[in-house]
Amino acid sequence: MPLILFTDKGLFCAQGNFYLDPWKPVDRAVITHGHSDHARWGSKHYLCHHFTKPILQLRLGDNDYQSVGWNEPVIINGVNISFHPAGHIIGSAQVRLEYKGEVWVFTGDFKTENDGISTPYEPVKCHTFITESTFALPIYKWQPQQDIFIEMQTFIAANKAAGKSSIFIAYSLGKAQRILQPLADTGLPIYAHGAVYNVHQTLVNAGWKLPEVKKITPETTKEELKECIVIAPSSAEGSPWMKRFSPYATGICSGWMQVRGNMRRKNADAGFALSDHADWDGLLSAVKATGAEKVYATHGFTSSFSRYLNENGIAAGEVKTDFGNDEEEKITE
Amino acid sequence: MKKFAALIMILATTTKTNAKLIAMQEYLSAAAEEDKIWMMALFTGRRPKGTVKSALLRQLCMEAANIEPWLFEECYHTVGDLGETISLLLPQILTATESAEEYSLNHYMQILNDIAKKEDEIKMAFVKNAWAQMNRNEIFVFNKLMTGSFRIGVSQKLMVNAIAKNTEVSPSIIAHRIMGKWDPSTISFNELLSTEHNAADDSKPYPFYLAYAIEGDVTDLGNEMEWQAEWKWDGIRGQIIKRNNELFVWSRGEELMTDKFPEYKILQDLLPNGTAIDGEIISLGAMPDDGVFLPLPFAALQTRIGRKNIGKKQLTEAPVGFIVYDLLEQNGEDLRTLSMTERRKKLESLLKDINVDFMHLSPVIEFNSWDQLTEIRKTSRDKGSEGIMLKRKDSEYKVGRKRGDWWKWKVDPLTIDAVMIYAQKGTGRRSNLYTDYTFAVRDGDQLVTFAKAYSGLTDKEFAQVDNFVKRNSLEKFGPVRTVKPTLVFEIAFEGIAESKRHKSGVALRFPRMSRWRQDKKPEDINTLDDLKEILKNYK
Repeated sequence: MPLILFTDKGLFCAQGNFYLDPWKPVDRAVITHGHSDHARWGSKHYLCHHFTKPILQLRLGDNDYQSVGWNEPVIINGVNISFHPAGHIIGSAQVRLEYKGEVWVFTGDFKTENDGISTPYEPVKCHTFITESTFALPIYKWQPQQDIFIEMQTFIAANKAAGKSSIFIAYSLGKAQRILQPLADTGLPIYAHGAVYNVHQTLVNAGWKLPEVKKITPETTKEELKECIVIAPSSAEGSPWMKRFSPYATGICSGWMQVRGNMRRKNADAGFALSDHADWDGLLSAVKATGAEKVYATHGFTSSFSRYLNENGIAAGEVKTDFGNDEEEKITE
Repeated sequence: MKKFAALIMILATTTKTNAKLIAMQEYLSAAAEEDKIWMMALFTGRRPKGTVKSALLRQLCMEAANIEPWLFEECYHTVGDLGETISLLLPQILTATESAEEYSLNHYMQILNDIAKKEDEIKMAFVKNAWAQMNRNEIFVFNKLMTGSFRIGVSQKLMVNAIAKNTEVSPSIIAHRIMGKWDPSTISFNELLSTEHNAADDSKPYPFYLAYAIEGDVTDLGNEMEWQAEWKWDGIRGQIIKRNNELFVWSRGEELMTDKFPEYKILQDLLPNGTAIDGEIISLGAMPDDGVFLPLPFAALQTRIGRKNIGKKQLTEAPVGFIVYDLLEQNGEDLRTLSMTERRKKLESLLKDINVDFMHLSPVIEFNSWDQLTEIRKTSRDKGSEGIMLKRKDSEYKVGRKRGDWWKWKVDPLTIDAVMIYAQKGTGRRSNLYTDYTFAVRDGDQLVTFAKAYSGLTDKEFAQVDNFVKRNSLEKFGPVRTVKPTLVFEIAFEGIAESKRHKSGVALRFPRMSRWRQDKKPEDINTLDDLKEILKNYK
């Protein structure tokens, strides 16, 4: 029997009787990272990396959590489980399973570029590689983040010169922290939407050093917000909540901004193709680095990616999962 | 090229009119003299025909990026724009700061013109070399210029305003001067806007005055005695001009169509010199004997427009008439500032002396009250008209689309409930979203397709339907997905005609989704017989 089965509750390891990122409640869930399409409510036991635990506590409340460090094996019924950095967001991990010499790796979500705050991605050798393929088309090739950060700072400067605030739409867990340092480098005050602030405080309390942000409350005056920087999740975009920042310009931080049609559809003033997922080259180099004989693509452009791999000598298939279907995830990626 | 590409980027991404205006003004102040005329030409649809075939660009791109055709197609359907797909796939592109503003827009346009008839090898060498000097943004714009597919979502009015601010010439004069036939490779920006050049061009049409649709209640227009009502016809708005013994026929799209309508040729003898009339080019059925004419559906006219040569068949099957609305020039004098009533009087006396059976004065509808006109409007379709035009009697003939003096008051569209069975990804701002749908009605236990539509839903609704399509696809044929027949939409349309090309035997005019009928199931949709019934009634 394969080490991992694709079931309607999620990726299932029958030998160890646990699931990886299940989308339905199960007895034992192994979690790659804290995004809501991977870490879902209702399971009895959760196993994750130390860095992910506070995030799960924030999002899923009190549960039975067990956490471990990088490459620190947990053995369940003979299956050796270990976590390896995925570079996607803080705490994000690839999960490696080994049983009787056979190795499978599930990436969850990952990116190959070092973003400076997530533990950088490390390739893990395996026989079977189950990978995300969110941006698996050769049109998605990211610019180095430093170049994008400069564009964002230029955008802020232009807005300030025009007397406007700069609102960045970014996923509250991950992207919001990633852009903090370059935003803070401008010297302007940074304000955060409640959803962004909650994640921020959780991480700060867990010991992460992040630039200071202020929470926007009903008491925050319009004067304070003049020509400031704001980080908000996509749910806030175009909502009445945004009115208090007027006049402002909006910039969306998402890999989908690579294509101008998506940017135009969002009616934003700027789009920054900054992604926490691997681009085409990143995906291909990751697959190669694993040395895997068999690859499964779980979400995104799964059919193109598996066809390309098959044509290039790597046996690949598509798997239907519920990843990448979370509303916030889908919009800001 | 760098500045022009940057302008296009701003115009394509901002939704604010004022930001667009400022971007154009800044471009006009900064651009080389020889580039400004190209901007005007390209922004008014005077784009040169494709010089480099898109197949050639695809090939070059696939070689450079080292990918197979199927993967290129996948990318193309996700991006929804060929020029952009290529700009994203090419490896090792210069960054925005690296690319030099060395070559002007004019430089590239002139070369494109020079190599238009040369062999593919020469073109390929030129393209490769040009790509190597450009950043992504420039490559995107340049690809569109090469293939002749350049379009810009900026109204002519806005561009005219930008030029007006930069040149201190009034917008209505500029709007007039940039009308008609001119070639950006032979005329300069200043010449085009000069008085001399304009006096020398006999063909030059006037900018069309266009009406907005009535938004509120018709009674809001006030005293009915101040308004002239006419039927609204569904043809091609056109201008017929005779100057210096030559006849010119212009469409509203500023296309010179004189040769397409040999019927009008006789007007060259009948119209006095220095005449410009505004009206509707339209297919007319049986010749009227009681002064009442009946237009054929737009589809009849459509079969003629696309053709290079008009043969006997088209002349007999779709004879073209002209319904005259207005008189813009008489004896070489511009009459546009006269009142509607005065212009109408002059028009009537002019047409009295011209007896041709294809030309009709647009009849004025007599009415005494808005209530009465509301009743008359209900008979529009019986007359082959799509509603009523209201023009203030003392109105000038203005430039472009303006509120206030002219209004169109169309009848409600025809509608039918249908189920979506195919979906395809859209383009532009709908890239990577399934927004182009094919609809079917019921015929016994079969579903018969009869229309495609891609407008009428909100962005939110499109996102919902897109999500549905992605989860309920049955088969994939290239870019088209077959979808489980589930979603029902009300399809609105302006007209219907017989068609041999469609399986259903009918072709609709302006089909669009007027409502998503979430309350209806596929069992509840209309039938092919219902469509045929509508066809019978509106033939």
